[in-house]
Amino acid sequence: MAKLSPKLAFDAVVWLLLATMPFWLDRLGGYTQLGSQILVMALAAMALNFLLGYTGVLSFGHAAYFGLGAYGVGMTIKYLAGGTLSGLLVGVLVGAVAAAVIGLLIVHLRGIYFAMVTIAFGQVFYFIAFRWNTVTGGDDGLSGWHRLPIDLGFTSLDIVKSQTAFYYFVFVFFIIAVAIMAWLLRSPFGRTLLAIRENERRARFLGIPVDRHIWLSWLISCFFVSLAGGLYGLLNNFADPHALRWDQSGIFVIMAVLGGMRSFWGPLVGAAIYVVLQDYLSSLTQNWMSFIGLFFILIVLFFPRGVLGFVRRRLAS
Amino acid sequence: MSLLRIEEVCKNFGSLRAVRDVSMTVQTGELRAIIGPNGAGKTTFFNLISGFLTPTSGSIEFDGQDITPLMPSRRVSLGVARTFQITEVFPELTVHENLRIPVEVAFGHRLRPWLSRQGDRKVRDRVDELMEMGGLTSKADRLVGELAHGEQRTIEIMMAIGLGPRLLLLDEPAAGMGDQETYDIARLIRSLHHDHKLTIVLIEHDMRVVFNLADRIMVLAQGTMLAEGTPREIAANDAVQAAYLGTAK
Repeated sequence: MAKLSPKLAFDAVVWLLLATMPFWLDRLGGYTQLGSQILVMALAAMALNFLLGYTGVLSFGHAAYFGLGAYGVGMTIKYLAGGTLSGLLVGVLVGAVAAAVIGLLIVHLRGIYFAMVTIAFGQVFYFIAFRWNTVTGGDDGLSGWHRLPIDLGFTSLDIVKSQTAFYYFVFVFFIIAVAIMAWLLRSPFGRTLLAIRENERRARFLGIPVDRHIWLSWLISCFFVSLAGGLYGLLNNFADPHALRWDQSGIFVIMAVLGGMRSFWGPLVGAAIYVVLQDYLSSLTQNWMSFIGLFFILIVLFFPRGVLGFVRRRLAS
Repeated sequence: MSLLRIEEVCKNFGSLRAVRDVSMTVQTGELRAIIGPNGAGKTTFFNLISGFLTPTSGSIEFDGQDITPLMPSRRVSLGVARTFQITEVFPELTVHENLRIPVEVAFGHRLRPWLSRQGDRKVRDRVDELMEMGGLTSKADRLVGELAHGEQRTIEIMMAIGLGPRLLLLDEPAAGMGDQETYDIARLIRSLHHDHKLTIVLIEHDMRVVFNLADRIMVLAQGTMLAEGTPREIAANDAVQAAYLGTAK
């Protein structure tokens, strides 16, 4: 147990920081909405990393399911007079169903071929959102809706005006999603994913039907990315076609690699760095993306295991 | 009783006929060695048995069931396990985890999102048993990628044993090993065969291992079967001497 305790301590610190973020972020020059954005992006990056870091499968198309989540929630509220939760449910289901069907078509592919096909399918959704002006708002995005208070029966939760309440609304979903992913990774099923990542041939000849397990991992990953996308829509009261585009998929990959894709919390760290840098740099210069790019190159060159991977190595040695 | 019956299998890669009309019957409890010069088609033949490749023609029967069209994972669940010529393990996982994965597959847990305390204990007990058999207990928490070649080979064999196979296919288990390691691995194989009554088919270049362990030997050369018999018969066979052993000496 002595070996486990630094890891447990680290987990505790992460949870504590996340749970208290609205109380200290302002003092560091941030604002609560930025905190919510970090959580949402971290959830997306961690969900991507379920597939990338723990199954060894690279997707450049996760933005499609992120975007479907956002449009799902937006359209449900705007056109179907749905509530916040029912909208979120629709967004997640739409994303998951799309992922399930597309997954069936692509799980037999590997490496760069898999990545390319995920981009291609992602772009299909992007162009639908981009072109179908009357329904999706086209290039302008889907606006004219906003998140609604949550009716809990005995009281109603005002996540509309209170950014703090919304932060904790997102945090609840974050906890559930992250707990499920962590749980799955420690299960027999999770170990079959590690086996596939480590050595696909060996996994196959240990009796693991590799394609089927990759499909499941892909589906779980896309499911939680859709959830993140739905929360992202609610955060901005807006669904943006660029959230579906392949460069957004690339951003998720960057977050995971930046933070360290072999560490469970790596993508969270990567997402936090990315979101904060973006927020800070974009207020200084229009060319903020070049600076993030430069930063990313430096990290990959000097800390190939990401920020958290580097820290962990340092602590271990 | 025959456990494995292979009838006239052929495998062509384009115009190359890697395996030509090879038949082989392995009895339950037998240890069969396949030998032959490089390029004789031994590994291809192995790949046909384990399902890595499908034969161009011919059939493979395991325990009375035609397994020719089955996927590798189905063959594993019927009881066919294999190792590879180049060690195939999970380098960034610990010894315990490497062995745990096949045990969980064998126990039917591979899709389970959780295990009961009791189920977990059963898995751990089996993994401990395997580590002990392979002499790996002290290395349980080491990453497999950090261990010596010989230990990795042993782990690969124990992973296959973890599946609870009825037929174990070993592709050059002593490849790249020193004398001591070869001796250890031969002893492990003998113990699996004698004490655990496992049916084993192995490919091996080290003739000491082959002639010490095998009940029967099949000699392949240029994709066809040159001879088959007991170690004594094979050692006395002129065609084998000429084609293989003679050149090796």
